[in-house]
Amino acid sequence: MLALAKGLTMGIGTIGPALAIGMIASKAMEAIGRNPEATGKLFVPMLLGAAFAEAIAIYALVVVFTLK
Amino acid sequence: MHIPTLAPDVLATVHGINITNTMVNAWIAIIIFLVIGLIIKRTAAVRPTGLQNFFEFILETLLGFFDQVTGDRKKTLRFIPLVGSIFFFILLSNWLGLIPGTGSITWGGKMVLRPANTDLNLTVAMALVAVVSSHLYGLLAVGVFTHIGKFVQIKGLIKSLTKGPVAIFTAIIEIAVGFIEFISEIAKVLSLSLRLFGNIFAGEVLITVISSLVVAIIPTPFMLLEVLVGVIQAGVFAMLTMVYLSVMTTAPHGEEAH
Repeated sequence: MLALAKGLTMGIGTIGPALAIGMIASKAMEAIGRNPEATGKLFVPMLLGAAFAEAIAIYALVVVFTLK
Repeated sequence: MHIPTLAPDVLATVHGINITNTMVNAWIAIIIFLVIGLIIKRTAAVRPTGLQNFFEFILETLLGFFDQVTGDRKKTLRFIPLVGSIFFFILLSNWLGLIPGTGSITWGGKMVLRPANTDLNLTVAMALVAVVSSHLYGLLAVGVFTHIGKFVQIKGLIKSLTKGPVAIFTAIIEIAVGFIEFISEIAKVLSLSLRLFGNIFAGEVLITVISSLVVAIIPTPFMLLEVLVGVIQAGVFAMLTMVYLSVMTTAPHGEEAH
């Protein structure tokens, strides 16, 4: 039961961040495709956006660690 | 197969202080930095050659990236001693964890080497240093009352008393927002430390599992992935620290700017 709860927390909790990071990356790729010279400028904001989206998945990880 | 446990193994106890396998790795990284630093200090010249040239190139690249966050070279140079140290330390300790022998050399049934960032104690310590120093720099840069005013917005409430009910209502909402800001400071430490820990720990488990399934060749791409993850996580940690530092040292917007 506990293992199931942990698995489900991680599985369901990471759907949102996964979609978010996918969208961030796809938009960045799109932007690079349109304007390859902006690659350097895009990289840092993209990484920051991905880091903040990833934080949501980390909250799920925290919950999994605290499940006993 | 010996999958690494969540907590690092204690190798020895010296005067009540537990020497863990992650500490061994962290100290190896620190010693490497000391040696490189002393060598560069001894041979430093106005016209860089060899090793100095290499590190100057890396530092220039790093400064370029951080300039994009702060938007000001002066500010970057002010924070680079802290943020740069964090970056290089995380990067080196991540990469040290990929050297053969990590996890496979055992002593009394315990791993002797384990990537330093798979210890939550270390990552929490670094995240606390990052967030607390962002507050200290903030206190120095914008003044004590302005800085505390970002979280406890009582000034706005007092000012709004003369402006009618709508302004008072807005001010009360702003106080609640300030409280949420306070919670987000704690979340900063949580997410910073757990992001690094989670990524590196997951990588270590992944490599252990894969290399217990297939001995050679197949683990190589995963190792390469971990090299990449090591750089990116070091970059993200340093970049977010830089963002926190530069946000905290900027004066808040006036009430008209909302």
